[in-house]
Amino acid sequence: MTRDEALDLVRDAIRRIVPDADFTALGLDDPYRDALELDSLDFLTLVETVTKRTGVRIDEDDYPKLTTLSAFADFLTQNAAR
Amino acid sequence: MCPEVIHKDADAARAANLRDYEQACRSFSWQRARAELAGMPGGGLNIAFEAVDRHVEQGRGEKVALRCVGRDDSVLNITYGQLAAQSAQFANVLKALGVGRSDRVFTLLGRCPQLYAVALGTLKNGSVLCPLFAAFGPEPVRQRMQLGDAKVLVTNEALYMRRVEANRGRLPGLEHVVLVGPVAGEHPGTMRYDEAMAAADDRFATVPTDPQDMALLHFTSGTTGTPKGAVHVHEAVVAHYATAGFALDLHPDDVYWCTADPGWVTGTSYGIIAPLARGATMVVDEGEFDARRWYRILAEQRVSVWYTAPTAIRMLMRATPQAGPDELPGRFDLSALRFIASVGEPLNPRAVLWGRDVLGLPVHDNWWQTETGAIMIANFAACEIRPGSMGRVLPGVEAAVLARGEDGRVLLDAQGRVTVLDAGAEGELALRPGWPSMFRGYLHDDARYAACFADGWYLTGDLVSRDRDGWFWFVGRGDDVIKSAGHLIGPFEVESALMEHPAVAEAGVIGRPDPVAGEVVKALVSLKIGFAAGPDLEAELLAFARRRLGPAVAPREIAFDQNLPKTRSGKIMRRVLRARERGLPEGDVSTMEDLRS
Repeated sequence: MTRDEALDLVRDAIRRIVPDADFTALGLDDPYRDALELDSLDFLTLVETVTKRTGVRIDEDDYPKLTTLSAFADFLTQNAAR
Repeated sequence: MCPEVIHKDADAARAANLRDYEQACRSFSWQRARAELAGMPGGGLNIAFEAVDRHVEQGRGEKVALRCVGRDDSVLNITYGQLAAQSAQFANVLKALGVGRSDRVFTLLGRCPQLYAVALGTLKNGSVLCPLFAAFGPEPVRQRMQLGDAKVLVTNEALYMRRVEANRGRLPGLEHVVLVGPVAGEHPGTMRYDEAMAAADDRFATVPTDPQDMALLHFTSGTTGTPKGAVHVHEAVVAHYATAGFALDLHPDDVYWCTADPGWVTGTSYGIIAPLARGATMVVDEGEFDARRWYRILAEQRVSVWYTAPTAIRMLMRATPQAGPDELPGRFDLSALRFIASVGEPLNPRAVLWGRDVLGLPVHDNWWQTETGAIMIANFAACEIRPGSMGRVLPGVEAAVLARGEDGRVLLDAQGRVTVLDAGAEGELALRPGWPSMFRGYLHDDARYAACFADGWYLTGDLVSRDRDGWFWFVGRGDDVIKSAGHLIGPFEVESALMEHPAVAEAGVIGRPDPVAGEVVKALVSLKIGFAAGPDLEAELLAFARRRLGPAVAPREIAFDQNLPKTRSGKIMRRVLRARERGLPEGDVSTMEDLRS
């Protein structure tokens, strides 16, 4: 998985929860949860969707690494490669 | 009914506020509980005085009242003395604005330190506090402010722009908007909290409100119609104080953490008033749920009493399963923790046992609702826990299980009398009014208030059974209200929002069972002619509802159904939708319209 593919995948998974999420106003290094108002149930759904699509295992301990789109994408590319 | 009773040792019983349950039930009276509070000259009683000023007057002003943990993990301590001064300042701000007794002050804020000064300052001024949940969208916010006659709103710039600004013109009664924190843009008709506070005196003579004066307004949802504003009075503090002693076993030397947001009744009764009234130190976490963060706060803040929700516990269970490597809590020092309680929806027995096995403490479930204002039924610190049960009534509370008729309502005989059921039978939970935090009405809605009572009982709308020993067991809701992550959501509010969309002909909204949240909101919609069901429209409707209702209320799933089950009078039968969702028999559908005829 390339980084761009990972980014698209995360954006797409967020869109399943917030279909009108405006990614043009959101920087890759901005915390997206606040900006898009994802609550804890939303975040859980996001993690589940991404796991289902990529097969990458995401533990609770990894959540702090998923706070921005670019960090999320980095995490996926690194862990998918293993 | 219960898999395994959890017994307590004698030491736990000796240290508890409620040592002998039966004896306490016999001897307790609300009058005596009231005498433990200070009161004000002339028979006055004011929640803020009992929560803050009393401690300062009695020489405890240096004690830490709030330990505010920021999103960035910074910690700000606020003493009782500082909280008294800050709330006095805010009371002066209100007074200077001409805001007086019984005027409604709404808050729409996260769990920031200022919220507590605003809440208590409002009460000091004799005004009425109405806290809103920050995850409500513009529609629920506007509707509640309109129904509640909001005169003042305290919020921050981001929430104001997202939730309020566009609707400001529809809220002519909203005279003042106070913005907490940094303000970058120009917002006509607003003022800055910091500037107003800086100009305000930090001494204020707390208004000696009458115990029956309105103090709090909490909106809750019913099956039909608009949200209902449950009115609570200053006397409620007597119940907050007493029940926090009994059901949360709260002592003055405790470090206490209630994870509920003050936008919901739990976060006000037990996240502001009760812990302060008991003189405890309270942890306030501005951040969102995160298992690791929560364990860290429990450990670093040396939390001793923790009041949280089943959804949160189930999320922690996912993070640290019983069977897996329980490393997460093990990495944190939870040795200060001595009591865990939970409220919001029934706590499954497995979660109670998970607490015991993984955290080292069982979880004590309890039950109450917006209307009761305080905990009514609980598993107690010194008593055995029957996992899966709501517990037993608190001292001073009388409860019964009432028979229901075929229409699902409490059965009344020709004389208007109810039938109290014996142990083991399922029926509607009812409470005998008389405790101090009982709601005094739904604002501007006497008819719906009156409909909550029969034969001298308050009807809770919850279906339960009681075992022979007095433990209550939750069965389900008696109406169509949805309980998601501990929050009550009215299907009508969600349906109304969906019907605003041009494609939607009709909508039926139900709770879909969910392993974490208990239920999540699901909408079934039928479309107007000319609109086609499909993923695009589904996404559009999800986004549409979320924009209006906010994440706390909006449906998380939308399905299309051109044949929604309806009564002959055209009402959508949510009961049938729920049965279909769960794969259960649809029950009595004799009043259902035959769609094929």
